[in-house]
Amino acid sequence: MNGRRLKELVGFTILRLATFIILLVLFVIISFIAVRGIKVVNWGFLTEMPRAGMTAGGILPAILGTFYLTLCAICFALPLGVGAAIYLTEYAKQGILVRIIRVGVNNLAGVPSVVFGLFGLAAFVKFLRFGVSILAGGLTLGILILPIIIRASEEALRSVPQSFREASLALGATKWQTIRKVVIPSCLPGVLTGAILGVGRAAGETAPILFTAATFYKMSLPHSILSETQALPYHIYALMTEGTHPEVQVPIAYGTALVLLILVLGIDLVAIILRNRARRRKW
Amino acid sequence: MGRSNKVIIYKENLIKCFFCLLSLLSIFFLLGIVFVLFKEGLPIFKVVSFKEFLSGTKWYPTYEPPDFGIFPLLLGSLWVTVGALIIAVPLGVASAIYISQIASFKIREFIKPVIELLAGIPSVVYGFFGMVVVAPLVERIFALPVGLNAFTASILLGVMAIPTITSVSEDALSSVPHSFKEASYALGANKWETIVKVTVPAAGGGITTAIILGMGRAIGETMTVLMVAGGATVIPRSFFQPVRTMTATIAAEMGETVVGSNHYHALFAIAIVLFITTLVFNIFADFLAQRFRRRLR
Repeated sequence: MNGRRLKELVGFTILRLATFIILLVLFVIISFIAVRGIKVVNWGFLTEMPRAGMTAGGILPAILGTFYLTLCAICFALPLGVGAAIYLTEYAKQGILVRIIRVGVNNLAGVPSVVFGLFGLAAFVKFLRFGVSILAGGLTLGILILPIIIRASEEALRSVPQSFREASLALGATKWQTIRKVVIPSCLPGVLTGAILGVGRAAGETAPILFTAATFYKMSLPHSILSETQALPYHIYALMTEGTHPEVQVPIAYGTALVLLILVLGIDLVAIILRNRARRRKW
Repeated sequence: MGRSNKVIIYKENLIKCFFCLLSLLSIFFLLGIVFVLFKEGLPIFKVVSFKEFLSGTKWYPTYEPPDFGIFPLLLGSLWVTVGALIIAVPLGVASAIYISQIASFKIREFIKPVIELLAGIPSVVYGFFGMVVVAPLVERIFALPVGLNAFTASILLGVMAIPTITSVSEDALSSVPHSFKEASYALGANKWETIVKVTVPAAGGGITTAIILGMGRAIGETMTVLMVAGGATVIPRSFFQPVRTMTATIAAEMGETVVGSNHYHALFAIAIVLFITTLVFNIFADFLAQRFRRRLR
């Protein structure tokens, strides 16, 4: 074996090792939380109210809270995001306006999540007087996931072959009829992928709901869109930083983390599978 | 042209305008964020000068009289970000090279989704894992009084930045034209030499973009550093000291402030600094990515 060959071998081994370390880290994190969490999670944990100052009982309010918040976020972001993507792919001509919109979307995606939280606090909680509520938190999360929805919808719309549009236009359909009856139905799986990715992201975010929606001690379920709520990610944070009984709170946090992890990674996995299938699709 | 045609054209234009407005909403929200941050943040500069705010070494917002110097917080953010990059850049770039240049199709199809999953783990879960596993480990290995410090935070932030760096670098490496590599092979170079001397330099612009985006991710990360960085607002002298970042300060203190107080305004002013920092990073990354794509064409 000569020196060049040896160098190549060492180089490849280092690259393989680096990739292996990343996979190992993921495996360690998930398995650690799964092993400790599974001891706590049972049917009662998922369906009961918390008891004794958050040191016993289940996490039902947090599960429901996360569900409501994500629902609110996606109802807000999906129509807006798909609409924006339709303009960018179907109507807009390449030019300064599209360039500006794209810079806007990219930068919105890069804004730190805690800054979204501040915006939600000033704009929704205070200025629009929604108070600390599901609505304020949901809208804040909605703006946060808007870029994800726009990008995924754009990809989906662009994957629809041009010939589909031409066929429809040649039959005398207007542009809007073409979009509504031909383009949108063909790109639905892709749009769905974007929506699912958005839901996964919204469900896991903590900082944006810190001052817009979340509360730790809450003995009742949220009764309206204007009531504050518990949420899974915030529940983990609060269990680890508040309260005075770490010996019982940490196990509950393990259980909550497992539930959140299964929820978010499950959602992401579905989105990834759907997307890969959509990308391979031959028209 | 008949009357009904006019109506149709009118309606079509109306629909176009409607979608145009929707696409402008992202800009609107971005400007809204800027407006809110400046409106709520600028009043603090009636109390302290901009220079004092940035270079002041004491952050005691609730003392009487209060001190609003964010220099320790700036340093805290800088330290954990640099630490995160030391971990994420080698691992991220190396794995990107492996995935794009060496791995077989099957392995690639397996690893790429897995790395996406790594990106999907919520930051609060990283923070939790850091508190219960990494911090005690760091404490024991380095015989420290406390495991919640800049080092621990850097490890976790590094892991969190890896997916960004890997996937953006991988895109860049995959977009290097085949002809480049073939030319290198034709000159007698082996695969490793081609990667090191041809493919990676050719993808350099894209890899730089990836690193800047990863950096932006690390600076803006909130929950993880809030939970594991320790939270001391002192100027860090070693990696094993507790630190407090800008993001963690906002998240930890906003809940306790009175709306409209100086403390409240100061936290928004920190957000201005944070926002501008990440904005500059994003625009720079965007610019580099554009140039990279043009050059490869």
